[in-house]
Amino acid sequence: MTETIDSIRTEMLAAVSGAADAGALEALRVSALGKSGRITALLKNLGTMPVEERKGFGQQVNVLKDEVTAAIDARKTAFAGAALNARLASESMDVSLPIRPEAKGTLHPISQTMDEVAAIFGQMGFEIADGPDVEDDFHNFTALNFPPGHPAREMHDTFFLPPGDDGNRYLLRTHTSPVQIRTMMSVKPPIRVIIPGRTYRCDYDMTHTPMFHQVELLVIDTETNMSHLRGCLQEFVRTYFGVDDLTTRFRPSFFPFTEPSAEMDIGCSRKGGELKIGNYGDWLEILGCGMVHPNVLKACGLDPEVYQGFAAGMGIERIAMLKYGIPDLRTFFESDLRWLRHYGFASLDVPTVTGGLTR
Amino acid sequence: MKFTLSWLKDHLDTTASLDEISAKLTSTGLEVENIENPGAALGEFIVAHIAEAKQHPNADRLRLCTVETGTETLQVVCGAPNARTGLKVVLARPGARIPATGDVLKKGSIRGVESQGMLCSASELKLSEESEGIIELPADAKVGAPVATVLSIDPVIEINLTPNRVDALGVRGIARDLAAAGLGKLKPMNDAPVKGTFESPRKVAMRLSGGDQKLCPHFVGRTIRGVRNCESPKWLKDRLAAVGLRPVSALVDITQYLTTDLGRPLHAFDDAKLKGDVGPRFALAGETLKALNGKTYTLDPTMVVIADDAAAGGIAGVMGGEPTSVSEGTTAVFLESALFDPMNIASTGRKLLINSDARYAFERGVDPASGIAGAEVATRMIMEICGGEASHIVEGGAAPDWKRSIAFNPARVKSLGGVDLPAAEIKGILERLGFAIAGNAENWQVTPPSWRADVEGWQDLVEEVLRIHGYDNIPAVPMPRAPMPKVVLSPQQRALGFTRRSLAARGLNETTTWSFLPGKHADLFRGELPTVSLANPISSDLDVLRPSLIPNLAAAAGRNAARGLADVALFEVGPRFEGAKPGQQTMIAATLRAGHTAARHWAGARRPVDALDAKADAIAALEAAGAGVAGLQTYAGPGGGTPGWYHPGRSGVLKLGNQLLAAFGELHPAVLTALDVKGPMVAAEVFLERIPAPKKKAGTARTLLKASPYQPVERDFAFVVESSVAAEALLRAVRGAERELITDVGLFDVYEGEHVGAGKQSLAISVTLQSKDATLTEEQIEGVAKKIVAAVEKACGGQLRA
Repeated sequence: MTETIDSIRTEMLAAVSGAADAGALEALRVSALGKSGRITALLKNLGTMPVEERKGFGQQVNVLKDEVTAAIDARKTAFAGAALNARLASESMDVSLPIRPEAKGTLHPISQTMDEVAAIFGQMGFEIADGPDVEDDFHNFTALNFPPGHPAREMHDTFFLPPGDDGNRYLLRTHTSPVQIRTMMSVKPPIRVIIPGRTYRCDYDMTHTPMFHQVELLVIDTETNMSHLRGCLQEFVRTYFGVDDLTTRFRPSFFPFTEPSAEMDIGCSRKGGELKIGNYGDWLEILGCGMVHPNVLKACGLDPEVYQGFAAGMGIERIAMLKYGIPDLRTFFESDLRWLRHYGFASLDVPTVTGGLTR
Repeated sequence: MKFTLSWLKDHLDTTASLDEISAKLTSTGLEVENIENPGAALGEFIVAHIAEAKQHPNADRLRLCTVETGTETLQVVCGAPNARTGLKVVLARPGARIPATGDVLKKGSIRGVESQGMLCSASELKLSEESEGIIELPADAKVGAPVATVLSIDPVIEINLTPNRVDALGVRGIARDLAAAGLGKLKPMNDAPVKGTFESPRKVAMRLSGGDQKLCPHFVGRTIRGVRNCESPKWLKDRLAAVGLRPVSALVDITQYLTTDLGRPLHAFDDAKLKGDVGPRFALAGETLKALNGKTYTLDPTMVVIADDAAAGGIAGVMGGEPTSVSEGTTAVFLESALFDPMNIASTGRKLLINSDARYAFERGVDPASGIAGAEVATRMIMEICGGEASHIVEGGAAPDWKRSIAFNPARVKSLGGVDLPAAEIKGILERLGFAIAGNAENWQVTPPSWRADVEGWQDLVEEVLRIHGYDNIPAVPMPRAPMPKVVLSPQQRALGFTRRSLAARGLNETTTWSFLPGKHADLFRGELPTVSLANPISSDLDVLRPSLIPNLAAAAGRNAARGLADVALFEVGPRFEGAKPGQQTMIAATLRAGHTAARHWAGARRPVDALDAKADAIAALEAAGAGVAGLQTYAGPGGGTPGWYHPGRSGVLKLGNQLLAAFGELHPAVLTALDVKGPMVAAEVFLERIPAPKKKAGTARTLLKASPYQPVERDFAFVVESSVAAEALLRAVRGAERELITDVGLFDVYEGEHVGAGKQSLAISVTLQSKDATLTEEQIEGVAKKIVAAVEKACGGQLRA
């Protein structure tokens, strides 16, 4: 019997290693380990054997069975690996192909800049206020201390609407300042707001467009003074332009709605015709500002002996042009796809002060 | 406002350099716009002495000069006829850059003789236009000294004057600011009376009455006879020319000069051309006057003229008249030094379109106390230059009372200005500016000088102190703020941001277009809205406020297509205008697509954009803006309320309940033709302000997720319905058939064709069923299927497809 086991082993292992394919291997498995297989038959015969022989023989057959099974499995795995390799060898694609098109949308630089401005001033507790594009004389001029017929009104070339049925002469706001008035007349101080929005002036040339955007700042309380104005604006320009030690210069100026009034310059360089923001010794005018004029406070029903604060205003397009090196104001409004894609911002570029304003 | 350095120094005793003066001007609020300093380019040029000048051996017209610089002796060939022995000249040595040409001078040889330098003319140094020979320096000029110290080079300073600072329209006012800021001393001005020697035969006739007298409250006149209207002296002509004024004759030049010198416009009439008394009156209707600029103006009765007994001689405060103007033969003048009302002058100037220095000054407000002083200074100057004798002054009206007192606590400089300054320094600054101060420690009574009508309240005084002390000395103090920033955006403001970024994430490019558009474009998109036109549009193409954002986007798409970019996806979030009054505007998110969904590509997936792309944009915008999009219902075409600028069969509106939140669809081909753009284009308009505010949530917690542990079951149905049945109606019927078990319904096929018959369509849907309590049995599933079929039959008249 031992001889039989040995011969089956020799025979089977040789057959397994010589099997041509997975089918031949399966046939071998059935012939040895199937219901009527040779090894199965040996096991079936166990019952007919004398008890004393049965144990030793049974162990031998089981060893044989395990050996043959292992050999078949190993051979099977080898066949599967070869088959997979053969399939993979036949499957290939040109991975240098361009990817399927995915539209990349963009945000306009004006929106992005407004979001940046809001993020910075938001850190300082400024809320956002807005108001109508069509304004009346009171909010755009009178309440802002432009006396009727005063030559300062000539500084603003205003778009007017034809006289309305109510006898009022409406206009397109020439600045975002009328929203100062609307805010002061509707909100009790303390007030800290920024006012971004569309503004309009009759001017159209290399450096002026009939519509543009401004952002206005307004702070009203009982303590805020010019040193806070300067501190607030200095923090803003340093954060916005990403220059930690950016120097600022305050110069006296004149606006009907502020007293004292100032213009602020930031450090820059114009060497070689290239504008760079930073402490290079030259100056660039960036915004106008001042302490809210007592007549403006009075027009809004606030007592200038009690309340005080500051206002400031700057051009959104201008600060966007300076930060992002956009050369021509007029291109902001041309809807040229090449421009929108080039200067626009990714939808997920949400500016925050702590997460980074600009990528 | 332009002036020269030497002019400034007539009023200011200072040792400050040009750079220091420039910096101080800007820091006190007189912003320097430009400085022209021809001396700046002359650093390398020195004074030299021609020891000997002799004939060039090889050229008749050239001279050979031996030139001494004090340290060396050079041989220089010179072509100027005035190069002669003993002359002090300007020498350029090799390496110097010649201002006129920008070239660097090299050693050279001229007609065979070496020349080691160049003797310069005024034009070569850009000091003058003329070039008659080389510059002849004074005999006492120090040899070897830089020429900039020897030549009288007068830099021209131009400042940008803010409209409130009329006092700085005169060089003297500028000098006063600089002196107050510590840059020297203001020199005294000689405005002492010039003694009259006779009674002026001509008197002042104030012909304005009652309240109109304020249009010319003060008129000072004086006759000066025996004058000779010569050419002005060189210094006067040089100064006028330096600031861009054209010298005419001494009498004209003196009045021009004083306008710039003192900010005090004056006028000199030729006395011989006047008849009777002179003074202000209203112009007569239709009265004409030929002004000094040679143009004839037709005046109206709101304008004030200076007239004699016969006719108007000048437009008050704006421009003199030609018939009474001084000329070469003038031997007597009648001098006018008057005060006019700023608003009246501004109005006259605007109506007549005359911009003159006088108008500029008067409409901003000339020093009301300067009538007499101006006349005295002018008289003195006329007599010095033109000779003659002066009459006593004649006067009409009086200088208005300009004195007013402002209560001022010097502590305000700190509380408003943020700068800590000792009271004594505050007082010093104000006094140097001409303010008079009375009162005690905390209660000052400050009287501004007559020339500072712009100073009205204590805030102005704070500004005066700050600007003279220097705005740059204002410390930068951070705003006090909360330890942690709060939420500053309102839900609506956040919604705008989400909407923009969601649309950009969908592949649309945000743009910003004008709030205006051509009226004919507006008409195509106005619907029921009124036309809101501008009274003074910048161009006829931008004459109406937009009733819709679509036409500007369509025009933009057309322009891009013309550039070869036909696949366009644009959006804009901005106002549309629904009326001509404040507040009659609403915030719209508008999208527009044209061309294909993508560029041509190897993978092939590309199709023309259609109305459903616009619908998707609309829904995305609504969802981003916080609308509950699950409840949106679509209403098709004009019958559903879609505006007329959309294709009637390929458009619709989205409503939540009764509220129309968005319109979308293909734009009407006729509208695109009228816009002169090629279609098709699809667009959507979302009315952001109509979105109902979300209910205020108690907290941030979401509703609890109850995920069923039981297997979901999917069943497919195909229904044949009339082609007119809206898919949305069928889907709604299916969803409503069994609310507990149906968790999802999808439409996976739409078929129209021979297999379902004409006028019919087959809609194939996939329904997902799931119970929260148990695995569904076949009977339960069958029960739901029956309900679905019944619901569809009831709602849409549909049958299960055989």
